[in-house]
Amino acid sequence: MSDPMLTLTALDAHYGDFQALYGLDLSIAAGEVVAIIGANGAGKTTLMRSISGLLSNRPDAISYQGQDIGALRADQVAKLGIALVPEGRQLFPSLSVEENLMIGGKVGRPGPWSLRKVYDLFPILEERKAQASTSLSGGQQQMVAIGRALMANPELILFDEISLGLAPVIIRQIYDALPGIVSDGMTAMIVEQDITKALSVSSRVFCLMEGRIALQGRTEDVTHAQITAAYFGVDA
Amino acid sequence: MDWINALVQGMLLGGLYALFAAGLSLIFGVMRLVNIAHGDLIILAAYLGLSTTVLLGLHPFLALLIVMPLMAGIGYVLQRGILNQTLGPDILPPLLVTFGLSVIIQNALLETYTADPRKLPGGVIETASVDVGGITMGVLPLLTFAIAIAVIAGLQFIFYRTSLGRGFRAVSDNQDIAQLMGLNKAHVFGVAMALALAVVAVAGILLGMRTSFDPAIGGGRLIFGFEAVIIGGLGNLWGTLAGGIILGVAQTLGAKIDPGFQLLAGHIAFLVVLAVRPNGLFPRVEH
Amino acid sequence: MSTVTRSTRASRIAMIGGGLLLLVLAAAPYWAGRADMRLMSEIYLYLSLATLWNLMAGYAGLVSVGQQAYVGFGGYMLFALTIFGGVHPVVAVLLGGVLAALLSIPIATLAFRLKGAYFAIGTWVIAEVFRLSFAQIQALGGGSGSSLPVAIVKEIGAKKAVREANSYWLALGAAVIIIAAVYAFLRSRRGLALTAIRDSETAASGLGIDIWRTKLEVYVVTSAFTAIIGGLIFLQKLRISPDAAFSVNDWTAFVIFIVVIGGIGTLEGPIIGTLLFFLLREVLADFGTTYLLVLGFVAIVVMLKAPKGVWGLIRERYDLELFPLSYRVRTKD
Repeated sequence: MSDPMLTLTALDAHYGDFQALYGLDLSIAAGEVVAIIGANGAGKTTLMRSISGLLSNRPDAISYQGQDIGALRADQVAKLGIALVPEGRQLFPSLSVEENLMIGGKVGRPGPWSLRKVYDLFPILEERKAQASTSLSGGQQQMVAIGRALMANPELILFDEISLGLAPVIIRQIYDALPGIVSDGMTAMIVEQDITKALSVSSRVFCLMEGRIALQGRTEDVTHAQITAAYFGVDA
Repeated sequence: MDWINALVQGMLLGGLYALFAAGLSLIFGVMRLVNIAHGDLIILAAYLGLSTTVLLGLHPFLALLIVMPLMAGIGYVLQRGILNQTLGPDILPPLLVTFGLSVIIQNALLETYTADPRKLPGGVIETASVDVGGITMGVLPLLTFAIAIAVIAGLQFIFYRTSLGRGFRAVSDNQDIAQLMGLNKAHVFGVAMALALAVVAVAGILLGMRTSFDPAIGGGRLIFGFEAVIIGGLGNLWGTLAGGIILGVAQTLGAKIDPGFQLLAGHIAFLVVLAVRPNGLFPRVEH
Repeated sequence: MSTVTRSTRASRIAMIGGGLLLLVLAAAPYWAGRADMRLMSEIYLYLSLATLWNLMAGYAGLVSVGQQAYVGFGGYMLFALTIFGGVHPVVAVLLGGVLAALLSIPIATLAFRLKGAYFAIGTWVIAEVFRLSFAQIQALGGGSGSSLPVAIVKEIGAKKAVREANSYWLALGAAVIIIAAVYAFLRSRRGLALTAIRDSETAASGLGIDIWRTKLEVYVVTSAFTAIIGGLIFLQKLRISPDAAFSVNDWTAFVIFIVVIGGIGTLEGPIIGTLLFFLLREVLADFGTTYLLVLGFVAIVVMLKAPKGVWGLIRERYDLELFPLSYRVRTKD
C-alpha cells in the first residue's frame, strides 16, 4: 500500500464531559473511497468534525499527507485540501446559489473544479444560480453543498450523511455523480445510513459503534451478518 | 418656511447620524456584537484628526488619509486582541468588555487632551453655504450628507458584490461552516471591525468639523447611532440612513419648539418607533 | 446516610460573623469619625446598587446600563415630595420607590422589546429621557439643579451629629434589607424560577415558567429599590442636578465594574467587588482619571480571564459559599 493519505491515531473526541470517540485508529490511502457506517450517535459526524478541524484534537491524532493536523483550525485544514459536505447541507442562507459555490472556491487551491465544471455536473444549479439557496429543494441544496466542497479542489472529500432526508430519485442522481467526482484521484469518506448504497461505491468500510470501530474490512470481504452485528452491537 | 428649513437641516444632520450608525450596524450584522465603545471611538477619531491637523498642518479632510487607516488598524488589533475572545452565546462578556473599553478611551482622552472642548478647523467650508429656493444649506452639512450616502452605498457594494462581503455574510450565517470554506473567522471579524472603524474615522472627522467635542460626549454619539439603527431596522444599511434622517429631523423640529427639546424629541421619536414598530421601519427581509 | 442541605460550616460561621460585624458597624456613630462614616455610608449605598444590578443582570439576564434613571428619579422624588409635598424625607424616599415601581412597568414593556445588548443601550436612552426631562423642570432648578432646604434637612435630625448618625443608619439599614431581601428571594420558589431561566430559557418555559413576567417582576422590584437608594444617596449629598442624578458613570459604570470584578451571578460577588472598588479608589485617589483607566482595565481583564470574578476564583479554590443557595448532598457514614 502506498503512503496513507490520512491516518488517525488514538483519536478521542469530547463534547464537554461527554466522550464521543474513543481511541480511533484508521488509515486511508490516496484514491480510496471508504464508507463510514453506524447507528445514530455512533460518532460518525463527530469523526467528520474532527478530521475537518471543527473539533480540536491532539496534533498527532490526525495526520494528513505526513503532516500533523489534529490541532489546526478548520480553515487551515480546508486550505490543505480537505473539504466537508456537512450533514444537513448547511448552505449559507444569505448567499445565492452561485455565491455559495463561489465561497467554496475561496480556499484558493488550484485544480480542475470551477463554477463551469460544477454546473456541468449539476446543470439544474446553473438555472437556479441567482436564487436564494434556501429556495431550493433538499436535493438541489445537497448538490450545492457538494459543488461548494468541490470548488475548493480538495484531495480528500468528506460526505456526512450524503443522502439523509433526500428523495430516492435524487439519491440516485447524486450516487450517479459520485464516480465522476472521485475518478480524478480524489479520496473520499462517505458517511451513510443506507448500507447497501454505501457499500456500492466504496472499497473499504468502517462501522462505528458507541465511538469505537466495531468492524472494518474490504467491502467484498465483509458479510451482511458481520455488518448487522457491528451495527446493532449484537453477536450474529 | 421656518419649518421647512428645520426639516431640511434635520435631514442633513441625519446624514451624520447615519455615519455614526453604519459602523454599529455593520459590526452587529457580521458578528452580533454591540460595541458600547463605538461613540468613544468616534471621539477618538476626532481627536486623532485634531492631532494630525495640528502636527502636520493638514486640512481635516486630508487628515482622513492618516486617521482612516489608523482607526482601521486599531479596529483590527482590538478585534483580534480582545473582542474576539468575548464572542459567544453569552451576551455579557462583549457588553462589559466594550463598556470597560469605553471608560478607558474616555479617560485616556481626558488625560491626553484635557476636558476642554475642541474643534477641527475646517476653514472656509465651515461657513460656506448655498441657497436653494430660499433655504440656506451649509456646504459642510450637504457634503456630510453626500458622504453618508456614498459610504452606505460603498458598504452595500462591499457586502453584496464582493468576495469580502460574501465572507462577511457567510460568517454571519454560520461560523463553523464558513471556517470550512477556508475563512478564518477571527480574521474576518478583524477586517469587519477595521472597516467599521474606517467609517468611524469619517464620522469623527465630520463631527469634529461640525461642532466642538470633548472626551465625554462619546456616549451620546453611541446613542444617536443606536437609535438610527433601531429606527431604520436591524441589519438594513439603507434603513440606517432613513433612521438617521428621522432622528435628525425629530431633533431639529424639537429644537424649533424649544432648544431644550432637541435631544428629548429625538429620543421620543425613537421610543415611539420602538412602541409601534419594534423591528424598526425597514427590517431586513431574508431573501 | 445522606442528607441534602444548603447550609455549610462556612455559611454558618459567616452568618455568626456577619451578625457580629453588623453590630459593630451599627455602633459606628459611637466609635467612627465623621469622614469614616461618610465613606462607610457610601460603601453601603454602592453595595446596595451593586446587589440590585447583580440580581437583574446576573440572575435575570437583564443587562441594563440605564439604572441611573431610577437613582436619579429617587433623588428627584426626595426633593420634589419634601419641597412641594411637605412630606418627611424618609417617607419621600420610600414613596419615591413606590412611584419608581409604577413607572418601571410601562418602561419595561417598551425596553423588553429589545434583546440583549440592544436592551442595554435602550435602557440608557430611557435614562437620558429622564435626565433631559428633569432638566426641563424649572421648579427643581432646571439644568443646574437645586439644594435641599435647611428646614427639610433638619427633619432628619436637628443637630448635625444626630443627622449624620441617622443617615448612616439609613444607608446601613438599606444595604442589610436589600441583601437579605435578594437572598430570601433567590431562595424562594420565584428565585428558583429565575435561576432556571438563567440556566436555560427554553427549558424554563417548558416547565411552565412565564419568563417575561418573571423578568418584569425582577425589573420592577429592582427599579423600586434602586430609586430608594437614589433617594438616600441624595439625602447624603443634599444637592441634586440632572447631570449628577442621572450620571451613567457614577451609577452604572462603577456598579457594573463592582459586580464584574467581584463576581457576577453570586451574592458574595457584589460585596467583595464593593470592598475592592473602594480600596482601589482610596489607593489611587491621588491619580485622578488614572484610577478610572485602571478600573476599566481591571474589569476587562477580569471579564476575559476570570469571568466569574474574584469571588468565583475563591469559590473554585475553597468550595466556599457564604450565602448558601446551592444544594449539597452530605453523606454521613
